[in-house]
Amino acid sequence: MNLSLKIWRQASPDAPGGFKTYEARNVSPEASFLEMLDELNERLNSEGEEPIAFDHDCREGICGMCGVMINGNPHGPQDGTATCQLHMRKFSDGDSITIEPWRATALPVIRDLVVDRTAFDRIIEAGGYISVNTGAAPDANIIAIPKEAAEASMDAASCIGCAACVAACPNSAANLFAAAKISHLSLLPQGQPERWSRVVAMVETMEEYFGSCTNHGECETACPKNISIDFIAMMNRDFIKAQFKNFVRIGQ
Amino acid sequence: MTTTKRAHVHDRYGWRAWLGGFFSSSIGLKWLMALTGIGLLLYLVAHLIGNLKIFFGVDPVTGAYEIDLYSEALRTLGGHLVPKGSVLLLFRIGLSLMFIIHIGSAVALTRRNLAARGKGRYDATRHYAAANYASRTMRMSGTIVLLFVLFHVADLTLGYANPDFVYGAVHDNMVASLSRPIVALFYMAANVALAFHIYHGAWSLFQSIGTVNPKYNSLRRYFAVSFAAFILLGNLSIPLAIWTGWVS
Ligand code: FES
Repeated sequence: MNLSLKIWRQASPDAPGGFKTYEARNVSPEASFLEMLDELNERLNSEGEEPIAFDHDCREGICGMCGVMINGNPHGPQDGTATCQLHMRKFSDGDSITIEPWRATALPVIRDLVVDRTAFDRIIEAGGYISVNTGAAPDANIIAIPKEAAEASMDAASCIGCAACVAACPNSAANLFAAAKISHLSLLPQGQPERWSRVVAMVETMEEYFGSCTNHGECETACPKNISIDFIAMMNRDFIKAQFKNFVRIGQ
Repeated sequence: MTTTKRAHVHDRYGWRAWLGGFFSSSIGLKWLMALTGIGLLLYLVAHLIGNLKIFFGVDPVTGAYEIDLYSEALRTLGGHLVPKGSVLLLFRIGLSLMFIIHIGSAVALTRRNLAARGKGRYDATRHYAAANYASRTMRMSGTIVLLFVLFHVADLTLGYANPDFVYGAVHDNMVASLSRPIVALFYMAANVALAFHIYHGAWSLFQSIGTVNPKYNSLRRYFAVSFAAFILLGNLSIPLAIWTGWVS
């Protein structure tokens, strides 16, 4: 099929940037979205034009590197799918597709469709870890975990950190990302020692960069892993509990 | 190339610091908005129940309008234990504080959100899948409600906006004010805005205070719809009844 692609081009973080339209010919419906861009880049290369920069790594929906705004939908029109897992059969011949980078103050464009997600790393650094005993690896399943907790934790842990939640949010809030990263540890016994300092540290770091949640729920629909905003509510709950728990902890 | 840290973090070391990190954080501010929101929603219910007394006509014993007796009862809350009007005054102070905290938090959060969003805009129309009309117009509906409340207080509490105002004659004041079609229309329009505002608010507050459970999550929407509908229909009935002359 033939498509007309309106793509954001920006040479460097400080360059102005703008849209450029490309015609993609004979795109296979079997191609993934990124393969379609690969083909376009090959052509641009052979024509001596700078290829379009876009982030990608695993191309199987688990690393979170890919992610662009496709026709105003983060990761494109298919629900629960990262850009690399989106296939061109979701589009029809003659479609025009607008491809833009995520937009938020804390996600500055590095080049074309690539944004800098360092702010996410900062949030993880603030508390996305657990304390473990060093020494021999413990036996598997030695700690009993309620099934519901294990499942909820797994749901949260499916976050790949792609930042579609921020891109989708009218407030550029990263609450879904932070909540998922907080919850997947705080739901498990292993995450308890740091539970109350973690939520405060990660929330405060998150707020240094991102906006606040007004409960639109856009992040949930944009999330390629369909992570529920219930985790945001859990984070809000833990955040206020932490004020008391940490207060008591300081006094003991 | 650096990721920009946003300015509001420095608030933590400013005058807000004495309240602790909680209230300078966005989640803390959302807690404040939810809690004051709950207070204001409860107030709406009490206010509506009181106002529906307009439909009760005249008290056969005293010959006074029921709603006038209701307003007198508000002024004499606490009976002879406290100076007349003091409990009402406390309510008014509490109510004003809730308004101020609710609006103040909203302003602070809005500024942070606009800063976080920056200047970049998507070229393609965003397809909002979950955000609804109510959630995206909270600032607008909130502003309409605020302007309405100011007018409403000037109209029926203080009487500035009502040339026929007589202190204590609630029934007559309401009829005098709402018989003016433009005022009745304004009341009704503002209440539609209020209904949108509380539809999102009555759902959103559960998220903000972390009340979730897959068992009853869906009930939160039903609650929000029915609450907003109840307040809307109740509040609309009064200007409609007066405008159409059913209550006079
Ligand atoms: S490239 Fe890894 S998630 Fe898409």
